[in-house]
Amino acid sequence: MDYQLSVNDVHLSFGGLQALNGVSTGVNEGEIFSIIGPNGAGKTCLLNCINRFYRPQKGSIKLEGRDLTRLSPHKIPGLGIARTFQNVELFSHMSVLDNIRLGAHIHLKSGFLTGGIYFGPCRNEEMNLRRHIENEIIDLLEIEQIRKSIVYSLPYGLQKRVELGRALAMQPKILLLDEPATGMNLEETEDMARFILDINEEWGITIVLIEHDMGVVMDISDRVCVLDFGVKIAEGVPEEIRHNEQVIKAYLGEQDLTLSRLG
Amino acid sequence: MRCGDFKETYVKDEEIFQSLFVKFWLGVLFVFLIIFPFVANQYLLYIANMIGFAVIGAVGLNLLTGFTGQISLGHAAFIGIGGYTSAILVTRLGFSFWLSIPFAGLVAAAAGLVIGIPSLRVKGLYLCIATLAAQFIFEFIFVHWESLTNGITGINVPPPAIAGFEFNTEKRFYWITLVVVILAVIYARNLVRSRMGRAFMAIRDRDLSAEIIGINLFRYKLSAFAISSFYAGVVGALWISYLKVITPEHFPLLLSIEYLAMIIVGGLGSVLGAIFGGIFMTLVPEILSFLAGIVKSILPGREAIFEPLKNVIFGLLIILFLIFEPRGLAEIWNRVKSFFRLWPFSY
Repeated sequence: MDYQLSVNDVHLSFGGLQALNGVSTGVNEGEIFSIIGPNGAGKTCLLNCINRFYRPQKGSIKLEGRDLTRLSPHKIPGLGIARTFQNVELFSHMSVLDNIRLGAHIHLKSGFLTGGIYFGPCRNEEMNLRRHIENEIIDLLEIEQIRKSIVYSLPYGLQKRVELGRALAMQPKILLLDEPATGMNLEETEDMARFILDINEEWGITIVLIEHDMGVVMDISDRVCVLDFGVKIAEGVPEEIRHNEQVIKAYLGEQDLTLSRLG
Repeated sequence: MRCGDFKETYVKDEEIFQSLFVKFWLGVLFVFLIIFPFVANQYLLYIANMIGFAVIGAVGLNLLTGFTGQISLGHAAFIGIGGYTSAILVTRLGFSFWLSIPFAGLVAAAAGLVIGIPSLRVKGLYLCIATLAAQFIFEFIFVHWESLTNGITGINVPPPAIAGFEFNTEKRFYWITLVVVILAVIYARNLVRSRMGRAFMAIRDRDLSAEIIGINLFRYKLSAFAISSFYAGVVGALWISYLKVITPEHFPLLLSIEYLAMIIVGGLGSVLGAIFGGIFMTLVPEILSFLAGIVKSILPGREAIFEPLKNVIFGLLIILFLIFEPRGLAEIWNRVKSFFRLWPFSY
């Protein structure tokens, strides 16, 4: 098994609805792996299974050989899996800095005693964290000017960046991004694609990406997996996917429209 | 003219009191608090002690309700547990009062842990009802476990003492209250700017994302309950040794609701707000009584109208606050501060 993250025959259903029906796939270390498919295909469900928000009824999900399906959700970040959400799930009444600091929660040690006393070990830890966040994350994502703003007052595009920042503060091995460019204009989308590439190349973080913007997906992905009605219908490099008959059919059913959409 | 605060180190940037101006006024406040007992009369010192107890309790409840988002209607029960623990340890087991304070806190915290367990499954109003149950259960225990609590007769408690010096007057007790208030406020303020406090706020704002960044909801919700109840227990211990007697009537549901009102009026999720709320809820009824007294001397024979009117006005004040200032007194404070910071160019 040479995959870093492998998904084997995962079944997930809600009552009579089969959300995932025997999906098997795998992500290699250091690649950008995209999952695409029409609405309701089960893309987010798959991420939720990896995160352990959902427990698949059958099948296994393994990170570097370790099965995740029996762990509780809050144990997952400790193994090196971070994620962002389709609808921004930030802590809206807190500042940008605090949100990003929260991402580093698992790497900090202070508890109710050292935290309440603050001076001493806790302050050192906080200052090191602040320095790390400023130098690595805020600088990379170009959000210096909003670091002290309260999150709910920020425009959507910036909130998405902050959420990415929070995920980066977790110092993950694998980053799951659920539609990071949705609802953004062209410039913001390009920024986001640039950040993803930077993170992937400079930090060496494996990226699992769900995205509807085919321009982004085809440009930056190493491999693409296509889901439709909970079943994997194709997997391969972007060039193969672009010309795959089944994918074209699943996507719109009409060849000419699909071709224009898949570029 | 100052147009901004520029910090050169992260340590400076993370300070609670950012400018020299603020530190100066903090010093003034401190000096005032030291001088106050020497100039104030018995009545003012009584109010100061009451404000102190209210502030400690409100800061504790705000950690749970304002910061962690877990509504609790059982705060009075935890205060009662702290009070009874202290009273029983001092009168039956011969503990010194000072040693009984941390024990009161710990026993209350243990009770808080148990009462907090439902918070893992139920949220919001449902949790509110679960904690309401705690309130009634403990009130019932205080009344009916007579061998331990003496039932409705209560327990008489000696005043605290150090080497024969008894803290038996308003003025003497003021020093104890002051020290505990300062410690309680510093601890809470530090906690909310470190890892644990941030985790509390994360749970309040969005518990799902709190979980995906690795926060153990079980552990942190219970921690919030324990810390908040610890504060309540300490208040209980202080309060009963101040009153020198403890009975079940001291801890009714109304007291829990008053504490909730304090943090709502003061500002949820703000240590400063809890302080303001504690002051407001203690001071305003006293001021209204004072005004009622004046009205009484001007219009004798109309007490029957003005006495109840006092409560009406107090209620009205709270309602007006909720409507016009839903984020509490702390928010007004922030606005005033930023007005003076930006004046005269408020853009």
